[in-house]
Amino acid sequence: MPLIKLTQKGAEAIAQSWTFMSLENMDETPPEGLGVTMPLAHYLDDSVQPIGTNSVGVRLAPDDDASLLEPHLESLQLIEITFPKYVDGRGFSQAQLLRRRYGYTGEIRAVGQVLRDEIDKMVRCGFDAFELSDDVNAPADVVIKEASRYANVYQPAANGATPIFGLRHARSRARSTAQ
Amino acid sequence: MYRYDEFDQGFVRDRVAQFRDQVSRRLSGELDEAHFKPLRLQNGVYLQLHAYMLRVAIPYGQLSSVQLRTLADIADKYDKGYGHFTTRQNIQYNWIALKDIPDVLEQLATVEMHAIQTSGNCIRNVTSDQFAGAAADEIEDPRPWCEILRQWSMVHPEFAALPRKFKIAVTAAEHDRAAVRVHDIGLHMKKNAAGEIGFEVIVGGGLGRTPYIGVTIKDWVSQAELLDYLEAIMRVYNLHGRRDNKYKARIKILVNELTPEEFTRQVEAEYAAQRDHEKIALPQDEIDRIAAYFAPPAFETLPETSAAFEEAKAKDEAFAIWAEMNLQPHKVPGYTSVTISLKPLGIAPGDATSDQMRVMADIAKAYSFDDIRVTHIQNLVLAHVKLDDLYNVFLALDDAGLGAANVDHGSDLICCPGLDYCNLANARSIPVAMDIQNMLAPRDKELGKLHINISGCINACGHHHVGHIGILGVDKKGEEFYQITFGGRADEKATIGDIAGPGLKQEDVTPALARVVDRYMALRKSPDDAFIDVLEREGHDPFKEALYAAD
Ligand code: SF4
Repeated sequence: MPLIKLTQKGAEAIAQSWTFMSLENMDETPPEGLGVTMPLAHYLDDSVQPIGTNSVGVRLAPDDDASLLEPHLESLQLIEITFPKYVDGRGFSQAQLLRRRYGYTGEIRAVGQVLRDEIDKMVRCGFDAFELSDDVNAPADVVIKEASRYANVYQPAANGATPIFGLRHARSRARSTAQ
Repeated sequence: MYRYDEFDQGFVRDRVAQFRDQVSRRLSGELDEAHFKPLRLQNGVYLQLHAYMLRVAIPYGQLSSVQLRTLADIADKYDKGYGHFTTRQNIQYNWIALKDIPDVLEQLATVEMHAIQTSGNCIRNVTSDQFAGAAADEIEDPRPWCEILRQWSMVHPEFAALPRKFKIAVTAAEHDRAAVRVHDIGLHMKKNAAGEIGFEVIVGGGLGRTPYIGVTIKDWVSQAELLDYLEAIMRVYNLHGRRDNKYKARIKILVNELTPEEFTRQVEAEYAAQRDHEKIALPQDEIDRIAAYFAPPAFETLPETSAAFEEAKAKDEAFAIWAEMNLQPHKVPGYTSVTISLKPLGIAPGDATSDQMRVMADIAKAYSFDDIRVTHIQNLVLAHVKLDDLYNVFLALDDAGLGAANVDHGSDLICCPGLDYCNLANARSIPVAMDIQNMLAPRDKELGKLHINISGCINACGHHHVGHIGILGVDKKGEEFYQITFGGRADEKATIGDIAGPGLKQEDVTPALARVVDRYMALRKSPDDAFIDVLEREGHDPFKEALYAAD
């Protein structure tokens, strides 16, 4: 599965350094050196702990309440948001809440059916890593191209781009202060 | 009307480039149909029975003559020389090749148009009162807010994959011509106690297989709060709307399964949870900038009445009848709004040829401050015409086969494409509509106002639930039947019609409706006693009896 992460300079293919553990395989020892993501309910349940000292992340399902993570965000490096079907847009709202409302700064990774043509919207909602579907041919340069489809956009969103209405009036305000 | 600046222009160009790339990946086979489908839908491209169909957005139904002429050129170059105006105030081309669509979109972009989000599970084209900015009974022009909503909803990243399609309508008049109570969100502009204009927010209306009248979840939201309040509604819907069954996925189902009270509570909680840095807080500068585009044109100071108009009516009876049927009171003395009926006999309702589009464009340029509207009844409107010019306008229209006098009357019916074009249809709707029109047209004047709406299947694109008489095509063991409903209406007294009884065979529909209107004539107390009023007063029984009274 190609895994692409946005960087300061653009995007790059990265190696998989996390593994997902469901409740069923929670008592297995995860491979050394890999971080572990787990379902939200397990993450919030103190009695469920993976064996070993690996880093811990969360994998959200579409019907998970992302707001439950707010108290934990500072200690999280990775939140995976699942798209069982790419036409299910709940993950967009989850990412917006985490990134925009609660100010989460770690990685938000899209997993599941992740398609090239959704990347522009995902980036705006706060995703910065994409575990693309197997049949998607989108190396880093294509991801950058998709992420920058629109020079400007109409809405404020998690990635912080100034919306068009802001650009319009920043310009006119700049003009009026210059006069 | 609104004009694009370099940002709007850049945005539609970026969109065309994106879709051009997607189409070429589809044509090369890199994208399969399943993956291409949601992409093409959000660009207005459907796969129909015979060909691809392209639905072009006409935001809140507003067109200039240059735009209408471009639509005519596209009809000639890429289609069969005509277009079909829809109940979403859009236009559809039924015969268009996929490979040509990027070029069509490029051509549309040159006249500040697009096909973005005219279909798919996203926020669709915002609709409004076709007489906005002209109507005598509005408190303010709603179009600036429609344009604000258009921009807010354009490729909104969070609400691009909703459970189902999402339709918003705005009105600012007491008499609701935008059917706001049968939309996912209806906004009714009103004054609060302090005299400020804001929005009554109505949610969860809709037609389709489970029709609902929307409920008011907030009596009044200020202009400053509107977009953030809408974001709260959209987020609750996006996260909690049903995705397990496409027939239960519209927001109306969520509202009713939760109960309107609980839905409202969730929206209020989400709104309250928004933090300051999340607020859209559209600057007043931007509201003013957009509103300035809708400043009234340079109306002349004219007397209330026009001698030329009165004279022409006296000497030309056809004109007098047309003037009685097709005009709408205007807020400025000496002016009127003209509805051009696209329901003459023998034409599929809502169709116009490219030549007719050019004629209407020329007339609008010469006589209506270059301002044309598309109505959700599938007609066109010239918003601001001088009474003095009406006769010339009528003659020019009539010459082009556009002089039908029937607005809001029986033969001005709403009709979806049905089995002739649509792959979801159960039954034909266009031939049924034409047959009814033939029967009713000679009687329109005598019968007065009457709304007949026809859908070819339960998806209700022809709004049959809210017709005074609704007709729904159903399939019974391979045979087409038509179910009749009575008593629906889409205005401020919005009501879902009641099914009258067993479905009728196609050949029985027109004779049955003839008996129904005869019964109405027998029951009414005066010519002002309209069909819907008699129906509400006398009950449906006499009409049902007439419907099934075949010998
Ligand atoms: S109502 Fe049915 S038949 Fe008519 S256009 Fe809609 S989906 Fe097609």
